[in-house]
Amino acid sequence: MATGIKDKVAIIGMGCTRFGERWNDGAEDLMVEAFQEALQDAGIEKKEIEAAWLGTCFDEVNIGKSAIPLAQALKLPSIPVTRVENFCATGTEAFRGACYAVASGACRVALALGVEKLKDTGYGGLPGFDTAMGTLNRFILPNFTAPGGFALMATRYFAKYGISPEEGKMALARISAKSHRCGALNPKAHLRKEITPEQVLKAPIIAWPLGLFDCCGVSDGAAAAIVTTPDVARALRKNPVFVKSLQIAATSGEEMLTTRWDGTYMKTTTEAARRAYAEAGITNPREELSVLEVHDCFSITELVTYEDLQISERGRAIRDINDGFFDLEGKIPCQSDGGLKCFGHPIGASGIRMIYEVYNQLLHRAGPRQIPDPRLGLTHNLGGIPSFSVCSVGIFGL
Amino acid sequence: MIGVTAYGAYVPRYRLERKAVAKAMAWINPAVWGLAGGEKAVANVDEDPITMAVAAVRNAARNAPDPQCGALHVASVTFPYSERQNAVIAREALNLPETAVTLDVTGSTRAGTSALLAALNQVASGTARRAWVAAAEVHRAKMGSADELLFGDAGAALAVGTESVLAAFVGSFTLTADFPGPLRETEKKLPRSWEERWVRDEGYLSLIPKAVAAYAEKANLTPERIATVIYPCPYPREHALIGKRLGLPPEKVADPLAAQVGDTGTAHPLLMLCRALETASPGDHLLVVGFGNGVDVLHFQATDAVASFKPARTFDALLARKATLIPYEKAVAFRELVPVETGIRGEFQAETPLSVLWRNRRAVLGLQGTRCTRCGTPQFPPQRICAVGECQAVDEMEPYLFSDKSARIFSYTGDNLAFSLDPPQIYGIVDFDEGGRMMLDFTDCSLESIRVDQPVELHLRRKYHDAQRGVHTYFWKAVPIETPGQ
Repeated sequence: MATGIKDKVAIIGMGCTRFGERWNDGAEDLMVEAFQEALQDAGIEKKEIEAAWLGTCFDEVNIGKSAIPLAQALKLPSIPVTRVENFCATGTEAFRGACYAVASGACRVALALGVEKLKDTGYGGLPGFDTAMGTLNRFILPNFTAPGGFALMATRYFAKYGISPEEGKMALARISAKSHRCGALNPKAHLRKEITPEQVLKAPIIAWPLGLFDCCGVSDGAAAAIVTTPDVARALRKNPVFVKSLQIAATSGEEMLTTRWDGTYMKTTTEAARRAYAEAGITNPREELSVLEVHDCFSITELVTYEDLQISERGRAIRDINDGFFDLEGKIPCQSDGGLKCFGHPIGASGIRMIYEVYNQLLHRAGPRQIPDPRLGLTHNLGGIPSFSVCSVGIFGL
Repeated sequence: MIGVTAYGAYVPRYRLERKAVAKAMAWINPAVWGLAGGEKAVANVDEDPITMAVAAVRNAARNAPDPQCGALHVASVTFPYSERQNAVIAREALNLPETAVTLDVTGSTRAGTSALLAALNQVASGTARRAWVAAAEVHRAKMGSADELLFGDAGAALAVGTESVLAAFVGSFTLTADFPGPLRETEKKLPRSWEERWVRDEGYLSLIPKAVAAYAEKANLTPERIATVIYPCPYPREHALIGKRLGLPPEKVADPLAAQVGDTGTAHPLLMLCRALETASPGDHLLVVGFGNGVDVLHFQATDAVASFKPARTFDALLARKATLIPYEKAVAFRELVPVETGIRGEFQAETPLSVLWRNRRAVLGLQGTRCTRCGTPQFPPQRICAVGECQAVDEMEPYLFSDKSARIFSYTGDNLAFSLDPPQIYGIVDFDEGGRMMLDFTDCSLESIRVDQPVELHLRRKYHDAQRGVHTYFWKAVPIETPGQ
């Protein structure tokens, strides 16, 4: 029987670039910047890294295929380097590879690095999905975008719970305003301006009912993590951060091939969270978790994720939002670094960026946004759109 | 007895007010003010003669497949393809048998009636039990030209057979003439015509009366015995004059639909026939005239069964389903007549892998999915392993047609980020009443008028046009059914 990954892997070093429109930096610059910070944080030498995983999603507008761009940028000495990709859940996928290598005993020290250079497309938003969904889907899927795909969940959520568009949009606006307050405190964030819910409501519509401020930043950036065994970690520092759980769930297609899914939640998040709590030994996440970094690509995603993670009851997330439950001063702060919303969303880097914030919170390094006495932090990294998705949930603690 | 056994028209939802064209373009051609009355039907950005022919056939067939079909003739002078048969794309979409003979009929606006004649001959010769004829036109005209105001877009379809005949074929007469009305060199987008007065006087006014009179004499048919004469002529004054020359009282001349639709080229005689058959009485004699490089005259007589048939959507319902296309410039952009800013996102077009289309043609063009024979769940696109968690049957699927099933909106959005020539791009998920779910583009609707649970129909539409490589791809879109008062 599987014993899970709990406490078998420790994080000893992390790095993250400033996210944003880094017009004058290429992917190589971003990778080196994130890696050097992680290496200094770990206090080890580069030669101690025995394997590396690179996460990057839109290779065609970025660094191209294969893991060679990472190996070359960091001048890694002919060690195994693997490139992984799983839509927007790519970063956590790279991290999972490094963790599995350490947990299996294949390596003592492994590196996970996620990078995305998104601002070389010539337009806003993510690159088109024309070539990203396979050749058959080019003939049969609508001309959709990420905000549109998630907007479908907002429409559905509002319809199921009888929420008027005004009421629903206000709840979503509060989510974005909350994340902007955190982003303003984070020097590495892409968007560092506080906004009011009223400003969110007035913003131009991107994909009804989602407006501009319901959408996360599209950014350049990189993030890195160095992981090792508990023994090595304890020799390096007295309070290493341990991986308590890492779960990934990919859709079987049931959401779209049958009519069972009601469109108001993420089946993959629900399943990944259930397994992650079991692996980490968490029975009451609303009471046990200290901090959340969820995949708030859009405000509606964050809203349903509160429910999918069993923090809010189904259909009751708006009540928790209105109560300030997820605010920086609330019971479980969510997106204390600004989240995808404000820190930004360089696809391949985002999953590791979430871990970076949880890691810094657990080590009391979060400066003006430090949460008092955090014990367990959760990251939620989602790829695809609600109707076909892949979701990873990670849990981290001391 | 051989004759028409089913009929159905298709009029696109958009109407362009002729006044809007004149307001924009009279500066270059003040004469267009003289044509600025009423409105004309304009195809949506995702429609072309193939999609409108399919829509007309489905209207006539009441959305049912026709396994007895032996031929499909599609007529148009505005086909998207000059090589890659347009009719066969329509046949795949209509799920007609692959043994049905398919034919593009083109070259002049007379092609609609010529296609009908060919189908009648095919059934008469016994090579087809039933033949379908469709004609459709999506016009392009120079900005500021008279053609821009006179011509409209529509489609029409007729089934020809020997059983349950609604209008029996009595006889025909054809006169061919190299009368170069509009002419368009291969590879050119826009037609060009000689002086309008000459086209009117020496063309329509001279040739139509000559051919009709010749047929009437041959068939011993006097104006008194005729119930309706259907003939095209885009110029309202000359249209009336032709009737007078034929000695017909105005009530025997079919309305050319100038005020509501415009002249629809190859489709026009068939479109007018579809309308006339709805109100024809048993025994009525109808003459149908096609015009273009000559004249076809077809003679039908309504049978006792004529009132027993109604298309899925009547002509009046088609005319009532409409939305004004605003502004005028949109109509020009829809036909790719002027470059518009698409943004860099709109410039990107991936290659269309035709081998993928070929092996998936029944799914893509025919909207065929699979249904699990063990648990009964319809699924699209076709699956090998059943997606129902507790079923998972392997290779126990049967083909399942979705295009004729009713469906409802599950969720929707109007997307301003996705590139569209008619933003926002509206799409969503629809659930089929008998099972099955799809994420589809929506069309012929506005974001303000759609809602969750609203019923939708499925229509074949153009998915995209890759102008660089000359490829049009087609797929099905959801058309929300607008209920009165909304």
